[in-house]
Amino acid sequence: MASLPIAAAGVSAGDTAWMLAATALVLLMTPALGLFYAGLVRAKNTLNTFMMCAGALAVATVLWAVVGYSLAFDGTGSILGGLGNSFLQGVDFAPRPGTEIPELLFMAFQATFCIVTTALVSGAVVERMRFGPFLIFAGLWSILVYAVLAHWAFGGGWLQSGGTLDFAGGVPVEMGSGFSALAAALVVGARRDYGRQALLPHNAVYVLLGAGLLWFGWFGFNGGSAFSVGNSGVLAFTNTLLTPACTLVVWFILDLVRDRKITAIGAATAIIVGCVGITPAAGYISPGWAMVLGAVAALPSYAVIAVRPRTRVDETLDVLAAHGIAGFTGILFIGFFAQVSWNGAADGLLYGNAAQLGHQALAALAGPVYAFTMTYVILRVLGALMPLRASANDEAVGMDVLEHGEEAYASGEGAILVRTDAEVPVADAA
Amino acid sequence: VKLVIGIVRPEKANDVLEALYRAEVRGVSMTRVQGHGGELDRVETYRGTTVKMGLSDKVRFEIAVSDSFVDLTIDALCNSARTGEVGDGKIFVVPLERAVRIRTGETDKSAVTPLGA
Repeated sequence: MASLPIAAAGVSAGDTAWMLAATALVLLMTPALGLFYAGLVRAKNTLNTFMMCAGALAVATVLWAVVGYSLAFDGTGSILGGLGNSFLQGVDFAPRPGTEIPELLFMAFQATFCIVTTALVSGAVVERMRFGPFLIFAGLWSILVYAVLAHWAFGGGWLQSGGTLDFAGGVPVEMGSGFSALAAALVVGARRDYGRQALLPHNAVYVLLGAGLLWFGWFGFNGGSAFSVGNSGVLAFTNTLLTPACTLVVWFILDLVRDRKITAIGAATAIIVGCVGITPAAGYISPGWAMVLGAVAALPSYAVIAVRPRTRVDETLDVLAAHGIAGFTGILFIGFFAQVSWNGAADGLLYGNAAQLGHQALAALAGPVYAFTMTYVILRVLGALMPLRASANDEAVGMDVLEHGEEAYASGEGAILVRTDAEVPVADAA
Repeated sequence: VKLVIGIVRPEKANDVLEALYRAEVRGVSMTRVQGHGGELDRVETYRGTTVKMGLSDKVRFEIAVSDSFVDLTIDALCNSARTGEVGDGKIFVVPLERAVRIRTGETDKSAVTPLGA
């Protein structure tokens, strides 16, 4: 029996080792997001909120293997990839062109992006959207919105070939989820008690722990998006440390100015905003500019988070502010401050290349418009076929009991065992 | 002076507070309790364990009012806590032997009459 080679020709051991770890890091971001979101909702909706992230783990992963990966990464058509890699045909140990890692691993790494992005959108509709329709929506969204935007930005589509720089997903991940969240909130509608009662986060510790784990995972997200252990991966990794720290500092100051108190949930939010801001720019700007980006990104997102709850738009967990707006800031920032001496790809306006700002502005317009429109259409069509949200009474009882028949904080008091095969007569047990 | 005890659905607690406020009933305390009032049992499953939840979360309001306020309070509770489904709760009215406002030592009716009323 002929022995298989240890790795295909052209595959780098170092790159592959890092990308295996990075893929696992990014996968952790989805349950971390579940924790983050679960802490932000009321206790009666804890499990349902977490389960929307678990739902993305299920639906988005399967559909990515079936068709999503192929549409995003098969060929360099300007709008959409081909179907040549559907059902993972031809996705094997040979290196993915442009990288020195096996395409199989490349597919897995990209899958984790699709999963967490799909889960992100759920933040707009928690506490009222029915679970079944959400799963269908998540599946459709992962293909019709995520895979398409990923093709535009990463897979050789028109944005990438036109010169837009997007390191780790400012367009498909951050603006894609953020502006889709706005559309989803508009179609599904506000929670029954929104604007009438204070709807408060039930566990701020979950929120902080979730944000911390998201930041941890983000080192794989940005650090892995160079697909190598080379300079740009190291730069992206380090910027992922620096930018959110600066966002935190500025967020503290903004909190102090507003209420004279630095808030914990504000800090968790700032971590996310900083990580999002650096995502598109991670491998393209110097560490110094990355720190400036962290400070700058705090401002528009803070403003949107302050204003949004005073509107009638119940975009419940502020995905638009934290992801859409911060992603927008990061994408544009590249247009000003990208530096060839750091990224080997292109300069921004400040270094004499005004055209780059044009490429970035185009992406900052196209991504949101497509994500918003497509999500709006998907949910309108789905809503015509089935009710998207729970009845007012069910919503009042809470989605955990209603959808899952479980409670996050079941005490067991008053619970009567219904069925038990382990029932042993007392005499026999002795 | 009577003590009105209202046991209602937790999701109706805010509506009840609002209705009491509108009825100008001040001075309320509430506790979270668990109870059973003939509603269908909820079935929950945790891995291989299936249970009937015999007790549901309820909120218990206790409101001490002077006699002239009893009907107002009952109406406010009924109108705000009703959904029409089994499990909406109960109201109990019991006589109060004595009521004392700790701060001033006032007793009975003046103890349960809000300031400025």
